Amino acid sequence: MDFIYSVISPGVLSQILVGLSRTVILFIVSSGLSLILGVLRIPNVAHGSLYMIGAYMAFSISHVFGGSDMGFWLALVGAPLGVALVSLIAERGLFQYLYEREHLMLLLLTFAVSLVFGDLVKIVWGAEYKSVPVPQVFQGFVLLFGNLPFPRYNTFLLVMGPLVAVALWLIVNKTKIGKISRAAAVDREMVDAVGINVSWVFGMVFVIGCLLAGLGGALVAPTVSVTLGMDHTLIIEAFLIVIMGGLGNIWGALLGALIFGLTQSLGILIWPQFGIIFPYTAVVVVLIFRPTGLLKSTW
Amino acid sequence: MVGNNMSKTGHKKYISLYIGIIILLLFPLVLPRFYIYLLSIMLLYGLAATSLNIVLGYGGIFQFHHAVFYGIGAYGTALVLTKTGFSPWLGFIIGPLVSAALSLIMGIICIRLSKLYFGMLQISLGSLIWAIVYRWYSFTGGDDGIHGIPIPELLQSPNGAYYFTLIITIISLWLMYRIIKSPFGSILQGIRDNPVRSEMIGVNVKKHQLLALVIAGFFAGVAGMLFVVVDNTVFPDMMFWTLSLEILIMCLLGGLFSFFGPLLGASVIVALRTFVSTFTVYWALVLGIIMMLVIFFLPNGILGYVDEIIRRKSRTEIVKG
Repeated sequence: MDFIYSVISPGVLSQILVGLSRTVILFIVSSGLSLILGVLRIPNVAHGSLYMIGAYMAFSISHVFGGSDMGFWLALVGAPLGVALVSLIAERGLFQYLYEREHLMLLLLTFAVSLVFGDLVKIVWGAEYKSVPVPQVFQGFVLLFGNLPFPRYNTFLLVMGPLVAVALWLIVNKTKIGKISRAAAVDREMVDAVGINVSWVFGMVFVIGCLLAGLGGALVAPTVSVTLGMDHTLIIEAFLIVIMGGLGNIWGALLGALIFGLTQSLGILIWPQFGIIFPYTAVVVVLIFRPTGLLKSTW
Repeated sequence: MVGNNMSKTGHKKYISLYIGIIILLLFPLVLPRFYIYLLSIMLLYGLAATSLNIVLGYGGIFQFHHAVFYGIGAYGTALVLTKTGFSPWLGFIIGPLVSAALSLIMGIICIRLSKLYFGMLQISLGSLIWAIVYRWYSFTGGDDGIHGIPIPELLQSPNGAYYFTLIITIISLWLMYRIIKSPFGSILQGIRDNPVRSEMIGVNVKKHQLLALVIAGFFAGVAGMLFVVVDNTVFPDMMFWTLSLEILIMCLLGGLFSFFGPLLGASVIVALRTFVSTFTVYWALVLGIIMMLVIFFLPNGILGYVDEIIRRKSRTEIVKG
């Protein structure tokens, strides 16, 4: 394994791996956002709030089981489903009436929803920091590439990313709902005309997208302190990733998340104080040269 | 819409405007300090919202990150006042000019894109600027911001700051009104309604949009400068994305296609925020619900609704006559 270190120093390598595990979270959340943008054309600002709700739900479930491993796995399943339920209510109660409205209105409506969600979280869970314990199986470090210690949980994240990507590819390309939704994204009226209930298909796609936000929240919960306001930074990052990759293109979201995650982690290495600038600069550079994103947008 | 009303009932409208200004001038004689402070905040947010409306309502440009120009105007002023030996009055001009310059640079980068893409690129550039301000402790004070900014003695009392804000706001609003009513304003609205056609008849679309962006950026900077005068502080949240959305709501609540709508919307939001915050910490919840109600039931804002009622009334009168 020494040849790896002759090319790249251990510090940089571990930072790349950290960036990749961040990429997994960013990809899971922004692919959901991209799915909703591509099919429903809703710039869903509330997506960040659903991510936050996912993290808080994961905290609650894990808390009920006393921080045991069982609690973690249940949280990983339960939190996304809980978020899906919340989003189903929001979609059927609010959004479905507004699909034909212009983007500005949709943006503001979803922002209103995110404000309401933010305060509801404050009411339900309080304003204190919450922490979710890392499950026993994933505590400690593994040695990658011979002797590079890397947190087990992050390794788990690195495995989860491709799994979610494959699952998403199967849903979009192989299932009926995926095919219908892709058709509806191109020509909603035509799909309506052949007798498919587009409204419910849209509802389903919305729920799947939000489920991904919840999954992202549940996955990130053990690595960060769960707190109010974690939605605000994430939603901007997710939006930038989606724009960078091409609106509605899930693989664009993957590419965007890779660029964003890696520039973020390597940026900190290069210039600790202003590491935060690098991913934003990357977005600006990409958009200057490719105004509609790296990959083909469905718009 | 509003333009027609203005010319028909011009004198009447102007008289109510003059009365309004006189009332605003007399407020400090009767109202306690806190309300004077609140009025100043209302005025400067109204100015920020009106400047957004120039590009959004009249220009049809998706300016999603207007708060950056507001924040940079404030930071520009604050930095001149704290870090340089220049006269503070010069700082009051430099701040808005920095905003206008930033608006020009960001405009040149973003203007090639349209609608949602424009808005998104602007959000990313704006977030970049926010990130720099947030991290640059030695220069901008980082996430603490800058407090206790020294301002001229004349403006240190709440009343002094209020009169300064009032006068600057009135002048700015008047200038923006003139701009909207000028040929430039008409072309801008033409571009909004049909950019392709405007291009065909020989209008340089991008140049006009860019100019509108710079004007909006400048007046947003003026609003930021006024905040420094009224509150003597700046902080990075002043250019965070959520504030941009709040300014958007102010425009929407008052009415996007009317000149005084954003001013009204800003006053309502600021007043409500102060009022609601006295007995609950859940202001965001209340604001969210108000926004939803506005989007569902008042898509044209308060002034748009009033306009509609007036028109409906006059129509029934015509039918009766």
